[in-house]
Amino acid sequence: MASQNRLSIVDDMTIYNALDQKNRLMSALAEVDMLELDLSHVGEIDTAGLQLLILSKREAARLNKSVTIVAHSPAVRQTLDFCQLAKFFGDPVVITAHETA
Amino acid sequence: MDELTSVFIQEGREQLQAMETGLLDLEQQPDNHDNINGIFRAAHTIKGASGVIECHYIEAFMHKVENVLDRLRNGEIGVSDELTGLLLRSCDHLGRLMDVLESGAAAPEADVQQAGDALLVELAVYTNSGQKPATGGGLVEMDADVEASGGGVVNTDSWHISVRFGPHMLRGGMDPLSFIRFLSSLGEIVALETIPDAMPTAADMDPESCYLGFEIRLQTRSSKADIERVFDFCRDDCDLRILPPNSKLSEYLKLIHDLPEDEMRLGEILVRCGALTAAELEAGLDSQHDALKADQDAESEAPQIGEILVEQKVVHKAVVEAAASKQASVSEKKAVEARLIRVQADKLDQLIDLVGELVIAGASANLLAQRSGQSELVESTSILSRLVEDIRDSALQLRMVQIGETFNRFNRVVRDVAKELGKEIDLVITGAETELDKSVVEKIGDPLMHLVRNSMDHGIESPEVREAAGKVRHGTVGLNAYHDSGSIVIEVVDDGAGLPRDKIFAKAVEKGLVQPTQTLTDQEIINLIWEPGFSTAEKVTNLSGRGVGMDVVRRNIQSLRGSCEVSSIEGAGTTFTIRLPLTLAIIDGFLVGVGRAAYVIPLDMVIECIELKDNTAERDFLNLRGEVLPFVRLREMFEIEGERPVRENIVVVQYAGQKAGIVVDQLMGEFQTVIKPLSSIFRHLRGIGGSTILGSGEVALILDVQSLVQRNARSEEREMSASAALPRSTQIQ
Repeated sequence: MASQNRLSIVDDMTIYNALDQKNRLMSALAEVDMLELDLSHVGEIDTAGLQLLILSKREAARLNKSVTIVAHSPAVRQTLDFCQLAKFFGDPVVITAHETA
Repeated sequence: MDELTSVFIQEGREQLQAMETGLLDLEQQPDNHDNINGIFRAAHTIKGASGVIECHYIEAFMHKVENVLDRLRNGEIGVSDELTGLLLRSCDHLGRLMDVLESGAAAPEADVQQAGDALLVELAVYTNSGQKPATGGGLVEMDADVEASGGGVVNTDSWHISVRFGPHMLRGGMDPLSFIRFLSSLGEIVALETIPDAMPTAADMDPESCYLGFEIRLQTRSSKADIERVFDFCRDDCDLRILPPNSKLSEYLKLIHDLPEDEMRLGEILVRCGALTAAELEAGLDSQHDALKADQDAESEAPQIGEILVEQKVVHKAVVEAAASKQASVSEKKAVEARLIRVQADKLDQLIDLVGELVIAGASANLLAQRSGQSELVESTSILSRLVEDIRDSALQLRMVQIGETFNRFNRVVRDVAKELGKEIDLVITGAETELDKSVVEKIGDPLMHLVRNSMDHGIESPEVREAAGKVRHGTVGLNAYHDSGSIVIEVVDDGAGLPRDKIFAKAVEKGLVQPTQTLTDQEIINLIWEPGFSTAEKVTNLSGRGVGMDVVRRNIQSLRGSCEVSSIEGAGTTFTIRLPLTLAIIDGFLVGVGRAAYVIPLDMVIECIELKDNTAERDFLNLRGEVLPFVRLREMFEIEGERPVRENIVVVQYAGQKAGIVVDQLMGEFQTVIKPLSSIFRHLRGIGGSTILGSGEVALILDVQSLVQRNARSEEREMSASAALPRSTQIQ
């Protein structure tokens, strides 16, 4: 059932989409116990987007559920790294070969 | 030489200049504490920066200077003439060290090193050995990371920045992350913790509000003001706290207390980002808790953190003071500095060259458009040429700098020379904000220096002589600048003895410049000082009589298309007047035609144009509204062939207060003129200042109005003396 638990975000995680994305994230979290986030197509992420990720993670912890980011786009990875939040999320970060070049 | 070093040298020299200016002020006002702080900061900045580029000989030297300044700042030693003199000599030495660095040598040569060592010995008198070395104003070198027993590396030499962004940041279109990212341009972010604690639970969380805060350890050499500037845009909407490197434990505790998050949680964060060790935190929180509580009751409204810290005796007063005064001066400077960028001078020259070509090309397009007779094309090219004109003006404006900086250099010169000569001399600077072309400013320094030294050496008398003559003991040398009809005028004025006409005349006779029987006017005698090899100095001092005569000054100024004059009243003083063109590249010209050739007269000098009536045909002057106006006929002067047209015109020009007329065939109107210098073969050509290219591709010569006017004046003088010898009545119409 993994595919059903997975939420793909394809838009930029910026202030412009924040309201919409919060609703999607929260309703997705309400439905399942283990939510997987696919962020591999997020082209841009700003503070608003970062806040949403933190919120999801915290909300999941409060509800004894789990949120896992299963795929990071370069932008997401850089932002999480920059804010030293990789540990907070604790998700395995996959760096593809061509990205590191 | 790498870029960093050249930036250091450039900025170092600016700081050095600031230091020197400060020291000179200090002599006048020994009690000005702001000034002392300013000097200290300049010295400190040089020291810090020399450390960055690893230039240890400068760093070591400045360290000693800084120690003395620190004691001065703390009032441990007083201001004295010896001290300021010593510090000024230290400045000179620093200048030499920078020369060494600039030349790329690894270490100063033995004699420079010796001079430096001698200065250090002198400086050591002012630092008693028991004194702790100065801790400086915030940036203290400390490169050893302290390994904490509780695990984790403590990096005490970093700034601690603690920021909580307000909820409206995101809606205001600002992304807090970009500010944090920008911080990394100032230095290295050693550690960073994101604080999402302010975020409410999902139901209450507004995704468009900002809840985040950050604790940042930043390793940088920037000042506190620089760091604060990063947050300028959101200052009103965020809660920013900055602790300098090596802040005391209690300051962090204070920080923890002030921040909205839970104390233990924050403490952990600080430990994690390396500001504190776990043990320090624990001990600190326990013992300080009560004290801080009591403190907070006392301070009802949050005062400046600096004040609290001082009251709590947490920081050295000096540190806060330095930081505070730095902030003040930085914020004053900030407005100016933020709008300045450094540009290579040759890039600017290239731009001016291109604009010059643009002007020529534009003129050609204009001409073609007019010939084609298409009104639309003419209209669009005229818009184009107006824009080109604007571009030209702005491009030239880029090169304009204020002359004040050049003038200010003389403060030091006057001080030193006055001491050396045992005279009391003040320098009065006026018109420092007058602007002129950068290349002119660079070249005017030497001639000015010569004139100023001359005025001090020969002009100003010793205090005793002055008193005897009924003057004030203090002599005054004035530097003045102002704009006057397309030129800049720089005056060097002194209230000294004036030029001794008899001595000059006697000397000129001795040198064989004039015959003893010749009768000369006062002005002619005075003008003899411009002759090569002329010096009235009775004794050769090390200031003048060094083989650089006034003729060199004059030649230097003439090479800038300028002129210089001297006027003097015996016993009351001398005034040297230097007149220079504002720019060396492009001017507004007035195009005139004689025969088939075209000439350009600088428009700034043109006063009016009048028709030449044929009844003045044989004379060289006319009556212009009751004034005698001498004129030259270009046709005759340049021996242009062809018949005079029926109707000739006179262009009335003015230069340095003298009027003259230039007779031409045709008036062709205004023309933007790009000055192309003539080749050196034509250097001795009188009356021609350069050439330019017309829209048609033809060459037009630029008239040198100055020499034309002077030629007129001279021929007039000749006639005057001739008429004195042979009385002759001339009917002036």
